[in-house]
Amino acid sequence: MLVKKGAEANLYLESFAKALHRAGKGKVVVKARIPKRYRIAELDIRLRESRTAQEAKLLSDAKRAGVPTPVVFEVDKSNMRVVMEFVEGRQVKLVLDKLRPAGRRRLCRLIGKNIARLHRAGIIHGDLTTSNMIIKPDGRVYFVDFGLGGYDKSTEERGVDLHLMKRALQSVHFRVADRAYADILSGYREEFGEGAEEIIERAKDIESRGRYVPKEERAWR
Amino acid sequence: MICLGIEGTAHTFGIGIVNSAGKVLANSTRTYVPEKGGIHPREAAQFHAAHARAVLDEALRTAKIEIEDIDLVAFSQGPGLGPVLRTAATAARALAVWLDVPIIGVNHCIAHMEIGRLTEGARDPVALYVSGGNTQVIAFDAGHYRIFGETIDIPIGNCLDVFAREIGIPHPGGPTVEKLAKDGKNYLPLPYVVKGMDLSFSGLMTEAIRRHREGANINDLCFSLQETAFAALVEVTERALAHTEKKEVLLTGGVAANGRLREMLKLMAREHHAKFFVPPKELCGDQGAMIAWNGILAYKSGFRQSIEDTKVKQRWRTDEVEVTWRRS
Repeated sequence: MLVKKGAEANLYLESFAKALHRAGKGKVVVKARIPKRYRIAELDIRLRESRTAQEAKLLSDAKRAGVPTPVVFEVDKSNMRVVMEFVEGRQVKLVLDKLRPAGRRRLCRLIGKNIARLHRAGIIHGDLTTSNMIIKPDGRVYFVDFGLGGYDKSTEERGVDLHLMKRALQSVHFRVADRAYADILSGYREEFGEGAEEIIERAKDIESRGRYVPKEERAWR
Repeated sequence: MICLGIEGTAHTFGIGIVNSAGKVLANSTRTYVPEKGGIHPREAAQFHAAHARAVLDEALRTAKIEIEDIDLVAFSQGPGLGPVLRTAATAARALAVWLDVPIIGVNHCIAHMEIGRLTEGARDPVALYVSGGNTQVIAFDAGHYRIFGETIDIPIGNCLDVFAREIGIPHPGGPTVEKLAKDGKNYLPLPYVVKGMDLSFSGLMTEAIRRHREGANINDLCFSLQETAFAALVEVTERALAHTEKKEVLLTGGVAANGRLREMLKLMAREHHAKFFVPPKELCGDQGAMIAWNGILAYKSGFRQSIEDTKVKQRWRTDEVEVTWRRS
């Protein structure tokens, strides 16, 4: 059953038996990357293949780093699909605005800690939005979509990751964005420890790029 | 009501005259082309100042009106290069004071969006605005135009221009790159960088220049550069479209003249059952008509400014603008 038609991939909710093995029980999510007719085949295949393989690896590495992620059951590169555990819970996107301040603060700090764990493990999420986070009834926050992720330990890439988180908050949760981002950073600082400040500063710096600034300051040539 | 709009943010100085029915009566421009290298803000500003009078006279002649017929003066208050912005602002203030009419500062990026909505009839699009100075994916949401994606380093137009210049193609390089790309056959893998909804083109540009120095076929290289950069632009627009669930896509800015980019964006829009719009070429690039039209929209919604409020804003963000003329 198609549950989400994303920009990049379709998500299907299937029974384990149907998707993988008839002996299995329960449900799985199948993420299938769809071909895009607007880009040439070489680029299309390259992007879908690398993202499929990379996503599966990132999901398991993130889990090892202490960030809850769905278990990967199968990586099928010929069909550009990943079969993974179905995480039952609520999208953070749908709950963040509705929470009371204390609850929101707790949730945001937890998100910040998760991001710090990823970064410490050398992982860049690449698409930190509240649609890609699921909160389980037990309070754990799952990061589910690593489709644009990668491996990098540079301050720049970590800064971009944080900057994107802020941007996502501002575009979707603009009423609580500033407070939420501050709480995320507080969780991030606590978990990341030494060096967090430099990354947070870099995120601010990145925010001020990408628009007109005096010639001396920008990458114009 | 007749509004005169003055555009001056980067290379182009423009004066457009638009009436409150949305008819463009005149749209004159002059574009500064550096003798070599990239844009020099002060030289561009001097060029604009030197041509302002001629552009004004031409616009009035084309519109077949007298200067006293102007009811409102609008100008590009930002974002843009400081000296260039100040030149346009000074001209606008002088005109408004002399004619004793109201003055309104307009956001350049939003003006691109609004002229597209006017002439193409798009109601509530996700806009991909691509030029030499800006690369943004913009959509209206809860009272503001929000940026759903943008370049974190250089704009796409700048990427194409600098690449062209480095390989010996004169300014503006974009159209020539497009022509050369048509005969490209082999795709050379180049860095494709999409981070969330944001884009990066500096690595792509550097690598393309490097490949040229290594002797890569020029047609293949232009082809690969376009395919890679545009696929990234379309992907980010697609993500914004999926995210906002809007049903229209608008392409605007100077790079909108590129046929391949149009084709790709159109294909993407069709896959999402969204309508695709692109304004005529003369309204995609920088010009004064869009500034004039945005001035009328703001004025009619009750927005007023005094001369003291007209200080230029070099880094004026699209999402900081008070959009008084739109509810939904």
